[in-house]
Amino acid sequence: MKQAHRLIALLLVLVPAGCGNNPAAQKSGPPRRDTGDESQGHAQSETIEALPRANRLRIAAAADLRFALPELIAAFERMHPGATIEATYGSSGNFFSQLANQAPFDLFLSADIDYPKRLVEQRHGSVDGEFPYATGHIVLWAPNASSLDVEQGGLPVVIDEAVKKIAIANPNTAPYGRAAVAALKSLGVYEAVESKLVYGENVAQAAQMVESGAADLGIIALSLAVSPAMRDKGRYWPIPENAHPPIVQGGVVLSWALDANLARAFRDYLLSGGGASILRRFGFEPAGG
Amino acid sequence: MDWTAIRLTLSVASCTSALLFALGLPLAVWLARPGPRWRLVVEAVVALPLVLPPTVLGFYVLCATGPHTPIGRWYEALFGSRLPFTFPGIVLASVLYNLPFAVRPFTAALQSVDHKLVEASWCLGVSRLATFRRITLPLAWKGVLAGLVLTFAHAMGEFGVVLMVGGNIPGVTRTLSVAIYDDVQALDYSAAAHSSLFLLGSALVVLSAVQLLVRKPA
Repeated sequence: MKQAHRLIALLLVLVPAGCGNNPAAQKSGPPRRDTGDESQGHAQSETIEALPRANRLRIAAAADLRFALPELIAAFERMHPGATIEATYGSSGNFFSQLANQAPFDLFLSADIDYPKRLVEQRHGSVDGEFPYATGHIVLWAPNASSLDVEQGGLPVVIDEAVKKIAIANPNTAPYGRAAVAALKSLGVYEAVESKLVYGENVAQAAQMVESGAADLGIIALSLAVSPAMRDKGRYWPIPENAHPPIVQGGVVLSWALDANLARAFRDYLLSGGGASILRRFGFEPAGG
Repeated sequence: MDWTAIRLTLSVASCTSALLFALGLPLAVWLARPGPRWRLVVEAVVALPLVLPPTVLGFYVLCATGPHTPIGRWYEALFGSRLPFTFPGIVLASVLYNLPFAVRPFTAALQSVDHKLVEASWCLGVSRLATFRRITLPLAWKGVLAGLVLTFAHAMGEFGVVLMVGGNIPGVTRTLSVAIYDDVQALDYSAAAHSSLFLLGSALVVLSAVQLLVRKPA
């Protein structure tokens, strides 16, 4: 009897504790802040949700931007104090299908120009349309511990017998994966290595597979290979430009952006000299600047 | 530690457990008693998530709640927002995915109650609801609580459905298990290790609690 009541009491506590405090539910509620004993990150997320709609930017970014974009965001935030910018990384194709269902992002930075163009055609983009911001490159990457000499050997090392697995991004969802397949085909080794290919959902996952040693080689974005997180961990060979169609990366401000002006300001920053210099440092050829 | 993700994960798990208590218990009451033959189908549907890949469930939830479907339109008209990529969306997916983890232990617990006691109560003129509250639930509460705790733990670790229905949106749908996936891709192994240890620890605590609850008295 008593125990049954205790169970019901427990549930009465659970419901408000769980459902009442969720961040999404606070959008409509009055702004509120947590008191002292909460952690910093926690209190910050409360504030983000409680902020008015403006001055907030949610970016869906292709995974090759994983290490370059945080620097771009930090530089942009220094110029726009008060702006809150958060980025989610994944494969461009996955974001494309999410955005076709109007996923809550304000700006999409794809690893190709085709996905943003199609979003504009489907009237999900803002009136100014898609914009190219950089051209990316792919490299053949091997960890330091590997005996394979990728720097000298170049692409032919993929057919070396010691190579059991080669990580690339999934060509169905990731433009970098399509570039990798095109390069293997144009260099005439695709048939030979097809059975060794393992696919990451996006190019950062492919990079993680080879960085961790799970795969022997990876065809990954130059922007990941030169990032502080990876540059001391392996060696790479730049895959020739003419081996694959150019990786022209484009973006689009979504039609449902909460703060379209902030999204456009970020686009303009990407295309400015300051943005271009960061992109260049990560191995991109910037479209602007 | 990623406190935002931890809090979000606990919120999803609490909401899932609370909703499954409210919806799953009546269903379990019905399943626990003899009933029509077609009830087999209901039992099978409840058990489906045990064998169904999370991607299949995620795909159906996405299809069913999209902006052009009846459910999607109805929800948007009512609440002014959509289900995919939102907190209510991942709670819905999580409730469906955890159905068997709540309803099956509930049903087993209710079936273990000696029906003679229930009938005796009825004969003494106590209403069905009062009998349930005063006889059945006190005798079955351990099993019901075990089901809830198991649901809570399972909801905390759910990954596939949450990633498909919720996307990976910081503070809204990036639960701890999604954050781990994300941290590994960012080569941030220490963050992934911390979150993993947290989930491992909580799973161990929760399963010990369940063992404690369901253990037969010596």
